[in-house]
Amino acid sequence: MIEIERVVKSYGDRKVVDQVSLTVESGAFCVLLGTSGCGKSTLLKMVNRLIPATEGTIRVGGEDIRGIPAEQLRRRIGYAIQSIGLFPHWNIEDNIATVPRLLKWPEARIRDRVTELLDLFHLDPELYRRKRPSQLSGGQQQRIGVARALAAEPELLLMDEPFGALDPITRDVLQTELARIHKATGTTILFVTHDIDEALRLADRIAIMDSGRLVQHTTPIDLLEHPANDFVRDFIGRSEISLKLLSVRTVAERLRPAERGDGEPIAATAPLREALALMIARGTGRLPVSDAAGHPVGAVLLEDLIQ
Amino acid sequence: MTEAVAANPARGNRVLLVLAGLGWLGMIGAGFVSLAPNRLMSGRPLSLWMVTDWPTLAGITVLGAALLAAAFRPQGKALHRATALIAALLLLLIFFAAGRAAEALSAAAGPVARISLGTAFWLTISCTSLAIVDSFQRLKAGPVLRIGTALAVCASVAVMAAGGVFDALSIMVEYRSHQTSFAHELARHGVLVLGSVGAGLAIGVPLGIKLTSSLRLRGPVFGTLNLLQTVPSVALFGLLIAPLSLLAAAVPALKAFGVEGIGATPALIALTCYALLPIVRYTYSAFSGVDPVVIEAGLGVGFTRGQILWRVSLPLATPVLLAGLRIVLIQSIGLAVVAALIGAGGLGTFVFQGIGQDAVDLVLLGTLPTIFLALATDFTLKSVTSILQQRMAP
Repeated sequence: MIEIERVVKSYGDRKVVDQVSLTVESGAFCVLLGTSGCGKSTLLKMVNRLIPATEGTIRVGGEDIRGIPAEQLRRRIGYAIQSIGLFPHWNIEDNIATVPRLLKWPEARIRDRVTELLDLFHLDPELYRRKRPSQLSGGQQQRIGVARALAAEPELLLMDEPFGALDPITRDVLQTELARIHKATGTTILFVTHDIDEALRLADRIAIMDSGRLVQHTTPIDLLEHPANDFVRDFIGRSEISLKLLSVRTVAERLRPAERGDGEPIAATAPLREALALMIARGTGRLPVSDAAGHPVGAVLLEDLIQ
Repeated sequence: MTEAVAANPARGNRVLLVLAGLGWLGMIGAGFVSLAPNRLMSGRPLSLWMVTDWPTLAGITVLGAALLAAAFRPQGKALHRATALIAALLLLLIFFAAGRAAEALSAAAGPVARISLGTAFWLTISCTSLAIVDSFQRLKAGPVLRIGTALAVCASVAVMAAGGVFDALSIMVEYRSHQTSFAHELARHGVLVLGSVGAGLAIGVPLGIKLTSSLRLRGPVFGTLNLLQTVPSVALFGLLIAPLSLLAAAVPALKAFGVEGIGATPALIALTCYALLPIVRYTYSAFSGVDPVVIEAGLGVGFTRGQILWRVSLPLATPVLLAGLRIVLIQSIGLAVVAALIGAGGLGTFVFQGIGQDAVDLVLLGTLPTIFLALATDFTLKSVTSILQQRMAP
């Protein structure tokens, strides 16, 4: 759990972060969203004390971070950044093992942990363990970057636009993997991005910032349905709010169990946006819906999508 | 030209052709050794076939012809290996021939006659060495083969020297008459070089690291060091005489530690000053070349500042630092010769004595070891760098 209380960061007269209070519950996936220069990265870096806060209090797991030596605090918190920053002179195993070695884990446990993490990211441990970072693609490097951040089983993971420099396809794959890993490990994640779609896809809470201030902190659906002000509305994209809502809601929410439809069924867990796209593609207003096992469970209708 | 040859191996090896051709021209047209009636008179050049016995002459001719022939053959790995081997054997045989020639000439001309090495000797030694280097480059030879060959050639020449093969050459005559002082001056040269570079590293490396984070200091520090570097070495040695003499006179305790206007102290100070600019410059570029993202990642995972320096920055900066160390050592080995002018000793002693006495062989006794030291340092540090890079690379 992270508790941020009335935190201020100022450089001279300029307040980069202004009176921000924010609580991230244990196991939550909180996305800090905002334009460049809104203070979201600064706020993130104040949590692991890469940047000292000017005023206010930050507690991690109930402990005031000023009471913990900076290095020890950072070894408890995973940190992944856009430019990755793998150590180029170390192989993949040594990179991932950085924090466990600092924490003096036994070598056997470190080895097992590296294997486990490479497996988690679907990278063959025996193939990748001894490779150098320069031999890996950008997407693979960022997987190792996140694996390094997760290595010592941190209670908290800070991510600063980790997928911002990747191509759309790789980004999509890594977002899926991160969501899966978050579900599997239950690590609390604070994730910075300026990409509203990435935020909607990953977050269970979104904190949107503007000019150093926290504007709104809520669930993705609530953010779309009740944007706090014009800034949030503009940020989401006024005309597209309804489309974005379709992408966070699932087919199951608009399911008519009594109806049936023709053609290839759509999964009940798919986002409504996908259903709309299929309807347009097939020139129909009605799609059959199936459950995870593939059994028909009803249909979804165009009129329910646009209501 | 080398690339063109590499692209079309059937066309032969033009580099080898030039080297072998130069060697042949030298041997035919220039003196292999020169014979002077005594130490101070200038010598008369003598060609190889005038001074050597026929088996040695035959050996050199056959190996030389083989090298020339190899230049025309279609190139391949086996031929490169053979070329390197032939060139190495030829190199050693030329050394041997020079020693034997001197022996024969001195037996005939008497003890005061001086036999020194001639143009053809130096030319063929250079050409065969370059032929070995060229073959290794074409073979893409690793550091182990390069170091092994260099050691083998040096050891063979050393064995010949120890066996007395070169005893009749005038440079060895000079060596024998300066034997005790040679060891002393060589050691003194080493002290001057290692002392000044050591002091330069102790000051320059922390200063260079400091400059990577301090924009304010950068301009003044580099300005001062650049200015220092432009002062001619003799002038800097001279400039230090007055203040250090005054200092020694004012604080007698310092004099007990060897602080004087002339001698080793001012030489060490001046050499340290010259070492500083390259050390600071290379340290600065080595450490500022480390990606700041890697440093941020290091802080992010919980390294202390010290751990980042030792585990991240230093290993990443090492190749550039070694390149700097190589430059500084070679520079100091050369500059330390001049230090003999203010009585600091070192190999320069023989150079300036030789100039004073108009004895070229004595000058060579000072310069040849200096050149050898510089080349050996260059070769050693280059090898270390390439071994490190091999281990760093995937």
